[in-house]
Amino acid sequence: MAAGTALEPMTMATAEELAAEEFACVVATHRQQIFRFLLASTRDMDLAETLTQDCFLKAHRHWSSFRGESSAITWLMRIAINLQKDHWRNRRVQFWRHTRSNAVDSEEASEWLPSGESSPEQQLLAREQVKHVWRAVDGLSERQRTVFLLRYVEELDIAEIGRATGLSEGTVKAHLSRALSRVRGELGGKK
Amino acid sequence: MRFEQKLGNNTGESEERTAREFAQSVEDPALDRVLSDFRASVHAWSDALYNRPRPIAAASNRAVWRKAAAWSLGSMLAFGAAGGGVFEYRHRQETVRIAATREAQQQRALAEEREREAEKELAKVDNDVAREVPNAMEPLAQLMTEDESQ
Repeated sequence: MAAGTALEPMTMATAEELAAEEFACVVATHRQQIFRFLLASTRDMDLAETLTQDCFLKAHRHWSSFRGESSAITWLMRIAINLQKDHWRNRRVQFWRHTRSNAVDSEEASEWLPSGESSPEQQLLAREQVKHVWRAVDGLSERQRTVFLLRYVEELDIAEIGRATGLSEGTVKAHLSRALSRVRGELGGKK
Repeated sequence: MRFEQKLGNNTGESEERTAREFAQSVEDPALDRVLSDFRASVHAWSDALYNRPRPIAAASNRAVWRKAAAWSLGSMLAFGAAGGGVFEYRHRQETVRIAATREAQQQRALAEEREREAEKELAKVDNDVAREVPNAMEPLAQLMTEDESQ
């Protein structure tokens, strides 16, 4: 009897191999996006890398419990958000860790802009505006910042953001509205 | 009941207002352009950091140095603690030995002192006895001289 034919019941080892392959595919597809979200949230490259590793480690441990009710990226984002929350909660207690922070400021973060086909003046203006957006993001609450970044950096829709954060769509919209009014206020006459 | 109705109306109004505000903010082309630049900036920054070559060798060298330093420091501390313990033990032993020697010397000196005192006492007694005997013999001596004269 040859192993691996379609009619044979799937053995435990085969199921595990398939799950491992599936998970490897998920990591390859979403790792960069999770890193980007965590980098934008923390502005700390080392911390973003550590939290990304932790996120996929946790996801790997609980991969068997992922039932596919939401998309994999929503599920991963939820894990990443919770890890980030845990990190800040621990950080508040361990005040000495503040000295080890590698977070960059809004000036440095806004230096990155694809050159595209715009003129140097337009580039300069865009850089200034990005700097103002970062300043507005700095002034947002943790939840508003998360919702804002998920919508305008990761381009998740309202329902996905709601599933990732555990908030209702109405609450997500309210947070987004407040975040946008803050961004608008920070931009002021710069537009 | 009225309160609940009022609360319900307020919640409904609030949601409508939020939805209206959200729709208005979304329909702002200038803001949309700024947010698009912001997104592009974050993507460019993240891509640059994500795809950068990671200094694995340097990191491992650093880790090796850090481990070596930690081990040597740990060893020094352990040897220091053990050496301190041994020194303390020996020091105590020496102190006890010196105290015992001093005690023995004191005892010996005391014994010698007592012996000397005893000898002195005996000598005194002997001396006293030696002096008293001639006195005790005095009458006999007188008698002997009287007999010789007769």
